[in-house]
Amino acid sequence: MWRKFCLLTVFLSLVAMAFFAVAATNSATEHVQRPDSLDGGLLFQNKCSMCHGSEGVGSVGVPLNLPDFLRTASDNYLYKTIRLGRPGRVMPSFQTLTDEQVNSIIRYIRSWQPEIKTPVYSSESIVGNKQKGKQIFDASCASCHRQAGIGGKGTGVTFSRPRDAEIIAPAIGNPTFLASASDHMIKQVIMTGRDSTPMISAKLMGLTEQDVDHVVSYLRSLADTNKVQVSSEPKGEPVLEFESSYTLEETINNIREAAMGYNFRYIREQTLDRGFVDEGKESNDAYLVYFCNFTFLNQVLQVDPRVGMFLPFRATILKKGDTVVVMTVNPDFLCSLFNNDELKQGCAFMSEKYAAMLEESTL
Amino acid sequence: MMKNSLLKLFPQKALVALLLSFSVFAFVFMSIPEVHADHTQKLIMGRSVEAFPETMSALQEEIKKAGYAISIVQRVDIGLTGMGFKTDKYRVVFFGKPEEIQTLPQKYPLLTPYLPLSIAIFAEEQETVLIAMSPLFLEHSYSKEHPELSAVFQRWDSDIQAIIHRVCYGDEQ
Repeated sequence: MWRKFCLLTVFLSLVAMAFFAVAATNSATEHVQRPDSLDGGLLFQNKCSMCHGSEGVGSVGVPLNLPDFLRTASDNYLYKTIRLGRPGRVMPSFQTLTDEQVNSIIRYIRSWQPEIKTPVYSSESIVGNKQKGKQIFDASCASCHRQAGIGGKGTGVTFSRPRDAEIIAPAIGNPTFLASASDHMIKQVIMTGRDSTPMISAKLMGLTEQDVDHVVSYLRSLADTNKVQVSSEPKGEPVLEFESSYTLEETINNIREAAMGYNFRYIREQTLDRGFVDEGKESNDAYLVYFCNFTFLNQVLQVDPRVGMFLPFRATILKKGDTVVVMTVNPDFLCSLFNNDELKQGCAFMSEKYAAMLEESTL
Repeated sequence: MMKNSLLKLFPQKALVALLLSFSVFAFVFMSIPEVHADHTQKLIMGRSVEAFPETMSALQEEIKKAGYAISIVQRVDIGLTGMGFKTDKYRVVFFGKPEEIQTLPQKYPLLTPYLPLSIAIFAEEQETVLIAMSPLFLEHSYSKEHPELSAVFQRWDSDIQAIIHRVCYGDEQ
């Protein structure tokens, strides 16, 4: 009897294991395009080119096709950067790619300049004085990399910046940068600098090799300090919603007036189904009203051009029975889409402004 | 009848133990966090090596081929240049299926601010970048109350991925 029981338990467990394993595999791979592809070029075009440019010259993401970058970035660094991304600094983490796929992408990146020898670094720690390193960092590096190495403002070479603009200083205090770059790689980059970027050599900065060791030691200590600042979870609810005390027409008028009071320019209003049904057959139960604050729009597009997908501001006015509801997307909620800490303040500001404006229109 | 035959095979206590062990196993297995999705799944992006006008035209064509209607093309750049700001070409294309635009707002009012669906398109010198929010980004917030919406989000996501992929990379694998 006991044997039968054990056998049945094992059998059912195996069935459950197979079921959940299949479910988990499907879930993990469902949205990965061409999971079986090992063509590095194709993978780069599908996964990386939209930010780094089709030939790695940079765009929303930093340029990779620079001799000095390829000369100092090890394969291990590239591998870990692809795997871990840079929380809060646009670069996403690619955790569903296989090891072979990541290595194919790295080989493709290397193929741009095959004459450049791939560097290999020791994984040994560099010993320095982190207090002295902080002083040196604050005096010589923070003007570009900012305090605690949080990185320069904005994204990469975006469409709203001139193509020959300086490359934005990387976030070298970012925990995933520090998890990707070895001490010796960081030291090498500081010692030699990087041509075609504002990063000059230690010698030109007036730093000795020992000074550089101190800086490396200081940067390494930032891994834990900066960790707590990173979060990619959506904040709040996806929609800001207010019930109106007015009729639909009155509410639309109120929104128009309130928006102007908040320095928005009225663009247009339309039924939600305009363009989807024949003219004259639109439903009057759902309206969209468009507004824009162009100064703000220009500012956020300079930080991250991708944000334009949610702009200009659009209020949805919906009639549900006797009730009129006004809604809009919540910028604070959408902010985590972009993995860009530079946007957080703007998102919070817009959420507050949208909420205040809609509340004023509906009370 | 099945209950009786099971009881003949196993005493009731054994069956309870069996059921418990199976449940514990299933619970433990389901609790293991699955591999996190790429961040890229939140955003669907693509880069076309074609210039803006050609890419815009291909985008509209692919949206229609996928069975959607285009309601409006919002010209973001026109307003900016009109205000004296310097910008390259930037548009947002709104699209949807007429029947969904007519029925979903009444059934799921809180989904309405995300309707119609949209894809932003902007020029980068001679190339063009396309970007859209993956509808799956909303799934967690909406599907708790409306599990049936999961299938809708999945379909939208897959359609938008296919549209952007075809515009940027053609039908190649």
